[in-house]
Order: sequence, then C-alpha cells, then structure tokens
Amino acid sequence: MSAFRDAWHWFFQSAQWSGVDSIPTRLGQHLYYSGVALLLAVAIAVPLGLLIGHTNRGGFAVVNLANAARALPTVGVVLLVVTLAGIGFLPVIVPLVALAVPPVLVNTYAGIRQVEPELVDASRCMGMRGRQVLSSVEVPIALPLILLGVRTAAIQIVSTATIAAFVGLGGLGRFIFDGLARQEYPTVIGGAVLVVSLALLTEMIFFGAQRLLVSPGLRTR
Amino acid sequence: MDWAWVGGHVPLLSERVREHVPMAVLPVLFGLLISVPLGIACVRWPRLYPPVLALTSILYALPSIALFAVLVNVTGLRTATVIIPLTLYTLSVLLRNVVDGLRSVPESVRQSATAMGFSPLRRLAQVELPIAAPVVIAGTRVATVSNISLVSVGGLVGLGGLGQLFTDGFQLHQTTRIIMGIVLTVALAIVAHGLLVAAQRVLTPWARRSTGKAKP
Repeated sequence: MSAFRDAWHWFFQSAQWSGVDSIPTRLGQHLYYSGVALLLAVAIAVPLGLLIGHTNRGGFAVVNLANAARALPTVGVVLLVVTLAGIGFLPVIVPLVALAVPPVLVNTYAGIRQVEPELVDASRCMGMRGRQVLSSVEVPIALPLILLGVRTAAIQIVSTATIAAFVGLGGLGRFIFDGLARQEYPTVIGGAVLVVSLALLTEMIFFGAQRLLVSPGLRTR
Repeated sequence: MDWAWVGGHVPLLSERVREHVPMAVLPVLFGLLISVPLGIACVRWPRLYPPVLALTSILYALPSIALFAVLVNVTGLRTATVIIPLTLYTLSVLLRNVVDGLRSVPESVRQSATAMGFSPLRRLAQVELPIAAPVVIAGTRVATVSNISLVSVGGLVGLGGLGQLFTDGFQLHQTTRIIMGIVLTVALAIVAHGLLVAAQRVLTPWARRSTGKAKP
C-alpha cells in the first residue's frame, strides 16, 4: 500500500503543478481532445438521429451499426489509424469521434421514436409544421435519452483519450504510460486517479445538465 | 495486408486468442454469480436497489485503462488484473437486467404459483428466474461482447490477449498485426453472440413460441 501513500505525496510535488509535464497542462490537453471529439460527435450524430427518428427511415441500420460498434476494439482502431496516418491530432480525434457517434445516434433515434404517436398527431392537429413538431414536441420529450447518449459518449471519450498518450500525444494518459515505462508506480496511480476523477466529474456534470435541461413535466411521470 | 505473415503466424494468433477468451468469459461468469443473488435481494428489498444501482453505474464509468494500470501494481501481470475490472463492468450491466427481468414476472403468475403450493424458494427457482431468463441472457450478451473488446485495452499495460497484437503491431509498425487483432476480436464477439443466442433458444423454448420476435 506504500505505492498509494507515495501517490498521495506525488500530487503535492511542485513538479506536478508547473511546466510541460504538469497536471494542469496534461488535464488541459485531455479536456481539449475530449471536448473536440465530443462536439464533433454530437454535431454529426444528433442531427442524423433526429432526421432518422423523425422520418422513421433507416432505423434498422442504426441499431445494427450500434451493436457492431460495441464489438469493435477501441485501442486497435486508434493504433491502426495512427500507424497508417502517423502520429498527430487528427489520427487520434477521428477514432474518438467514430466511437462516440453510435451511442449518441442510437439514443437520439430511440428518443424520438418513443414519443407517443398521439402527441405527434395532436401537435399536427394544432397546426404545427413538421419542423415545429420536431423542435417543440419530439426533441424535448426525447431529451433525457439524448442526454444519456451524450453522457455515455462523453465518458467513453474521456476514458479512451487516455490512449492518446500511448501513441505519443499528451493528456492524462502520459502519467500512466510514462510511469509504467519508468516503473514509477506513484505516477501511474496518480494518473489513474486523475483519469477516474475526470470520468466521474463528467458523469456528475451530465447528471446536473439532465436536471437543468429536461422539462419538469417529464420528470414527475 | 501481409497474408504471408498471417500464414506464418497461426500459432501466435491462436495463442493470443487462447489468452483472450478466459479474460473475457470468466468476468461474465463471476458477474452472473454476483448479480443474480444481488438482483434477487434488490427485488425482495426494494429500498436496497437505488443505492446499489447508483454504485454500479459509478463503477461502470471508471476507465478500464486506469483500473488496469493501478491493479498491475497490486496483482502484477496476471489474468486477475483484467478479470477484476471486467467483473465490475459486467455486474453493472447485468444487475439492471436481473432486476428488470424479475420485475417483469406478472403478479398473476406469481399468485398462481403460490396457489399451487410453491414455496417462495421453489417459486423463485422454477417460475420467476425462468421468466426473467431472456432479459438476463440479453444482458449477458451485451456484457460478453463489450468484455471481448475491453480485454484488448489490457494489451496497453502488457497483459496479453489480442490487445498485445495492437501494441506489438504499433511498435513494429506492422499494420497486418493490428488488423488481425481487430478482425479476431470482432470474430470472437460474433461467435460469442451467436452462442448466447443459441443458448437462449435452448434454455427458454417458450419465449420463441409466444413472442415470435426476439428483442434486441
């Protein structure tokens, strides 16, 4: 257990708080990779999911895509893309986006599909157009599931962005892989604690977002 | 893609598959052994369920690479390092399915069983668990497929299995090795999925007659 005590001390060394290899720098890089990947994934998957759900075309393909994506080993995909395209920002971001698209897409699609048809009919009878039905009825009702999909994707991205360090980029994974290479276990444990904390923080942020964004009318049911 | 390499390295590839399979399958067995009694307890005492569910969803959010890296220091480069985190993930997937499955048993069926003189234990074993089985097996399928893919993360800290093909291929700049790792991982997942679908058909023959369509 002394490794854990050393890891505790590791956090308070001044080297961890300034410079290229400091916690703030690595955390910033990690958040940057994760944020860009998540934004791109949401920008692709949410409109596509809304379209497929609203028009109810191609749903079968979406569900199968998501199941297939679960079987695909993330690490292998990242290392393959980097081996083919070289070390860089894009070769790491593209697989991250590819991994995050299926959960967001499926949940957006499922969220729109589970809106009761009576509600859609009623809003059409009230004179709403297709776009209005989507934006003021279907999306608010589907929001809890959409947010769940984004949360799943965000946690996956935060975890997987750790691999960026394995292929020579920055991020919190640097502490884990550098520590393993130098056999400095306090560094490994410190890095792992940071990655775990970031994942849990992500989960909590989305939990809060859910409470803020979801219509109160949907919560009481 | 270098087919000659593949042809010459069949023993290596099958060795990697042999390492991979127990690391993916044992967590599913342990997960079932824990989640079935835990799920039964959560249905029996409903106040237990929300905290247990919250705990398992936190466990599910823990990044596997972080858990592997920490456990390597404690347990060393052994199968246990992979099995412990994956058991936790399996558990958090399965618990929900066990509870949902048990709760889907219609009250009338439960009452009929009691009226026929079933003791609570016998009712659980012969009526409630079989009715919950399709939902539990569906969860097992999801957990098995994602475990097979997650085991390869262990390759990053040197834990063997098909993930080793990724890290070795990356360091040797050998795309064939990485592609074979991906292909074999997906193939394993497809085989496991097929076996579990078959198991479900054998174990719950009534489900295929009554509902007709299998749920995803």
